[in-house]
Amino acid sequence: MNSLKIRFWRSMITGAGIFLGIAFLCFSGSPILISLFQHTLVPGPDLNRQLWLVVMALLVCTVGIMNSMLMSVSERFREIGTMKCLGALNSLIVRLFLIEALFMGFVSSFGGWVLGFFAVFVVRWITLGWAGGVTSLTPGIIAGSLLLSVLIGGALTLIAALLPAQRAAQMPPAAALRTEV
Amino acid sequence: MSATEYIVRTKDVVKVFTLGEEKLRALDGVNVDIRRGEYISIMGPSGSGKSTLFNAIGGLDKPDSGSVFINDVDMAQLDAGELAYLRCHTIGYIFQTFNLITVMTALENVTLPTIFAGTPTDDGIARGMELLDIVGLGHRYHHKPSQLSGGQQQRVAIARSLANNPSIILADEPTGNLDSKTGEEIIALLRRLNKEQGVTIITATHDYKMVDVSDRVIWIRDGKVEKIENRADIQLSIGGMAGEAEHLAGGETG
Repeated sequence: MNSLKIRFWRSMITGAGIFLGIAFLCFSGSPILISLFQHTLVPGPDLNRQLWLVVMALLVCTVGIMNSMLMSVSERFREIGTMKCLGALNSLIVRLFLIEALFMGFVSSFGGWVLGFFAVFVVRWITLGWAGGVTSLTPGIIAGSLLLSVLIGGALTLIAALLPAQRAAQMPPAAALRTEV
Repeated sequence: MSATEYIVRTKDVVKVFTLGEEKLRALDGVNVDIRRGEYISIMGPSGSGKSTLFNAIGGLDKPDSGSVFINDVDMAQLDAGELAYLRCHTIGYIFQTFNLITVMTALENVTLPTIFAGTPTDDGIARGMELLDIVGLGHRYHHKPSQLSGGQQQRVAIARSLANNPSIILADEPTGNLDSKTGEEIIALLRRLNKEQGVTIITATHDYKMVDVSDRVIWIRDGKVEKIENRADIQLSIGGMAGEAEHLAGGETG
């Protein structure tokens, strides 16, 4: 937790990756979510197109988050090696990184949701008008999209951090220390 | 705890590195016995296996065969948790590249091992300040490594290695990245700790200044122990101080 504070700018960049990914996902997923809530989901070319968009967004999001988390963990291999030399348990190191990742995942996803949903809000206001577009965004829809965004963002970040952290923690310290970044 | 008790023993340690097709025997049957409270230098040219031996003794890397005993415990028999415990409480490490955690202050770096040992935070901080005072950096506790010189960083690293009162300090080329004057200060500091606190110090080095303070010198060549000498016997064999000085001036950077 402390290291998030001190690595503020580095975390911001990693966080921004998650943030934008989730914002994009939230925005592109919203039409489906809204029609799901209004029970107006009808199969057809329109739905297929939207589904495609969501799948693509999810893909971009996954790759983006994976990439930034992998980078941010692997550039700290030496640090992991050092901590192991100082007597840190493997589980402690993994736990440390997971807590950090989880925190970052949730905060960035929440931010991403705010941006994404704000975009939905604006677009609907402009295209459908206040009455038709904005008032139909019920609390259920808002809560649903928030929940989905944060869950997906958190889970992806967690998985992306777990893999390299676990690998690094199980290396012999000498090997982790040799790693050049 | 008799004076002759061996704190570190290695038995036929072999470590093989595979470089592409070639197999390199970095350590080829090394037997070394180190007594409690000794100051040992492991010397040898680059690539002779010093650092590999260092890593094997410190449990940072597993030898391919043979065994390393610390306090008569075979390290190969320990699981990951017990190894971590050993690294935490029994061995302190000092590296050529300092390996301080760059985003933490000097004090945080020194207290880090006490956190791993489960010491209460206040005790850990008190211990950290005490150690920083011992290495003469008490007034700079809140500085980040980037604000400290190489010698100061190494002194922080030495303080860190002492945090949990280890009985062994392993130092891999502790003066390798320092100019020779700072290097001497570091060597003097290590010697003082060895005398005052009774810690066993094992350094891998090719810095001839180390020979002066060592109780014994282990010469390694091509992965084998060439000879083990007591300090008293060495004086004659190092006529090459001037040559070494030239070598240092030419070969060192930073």
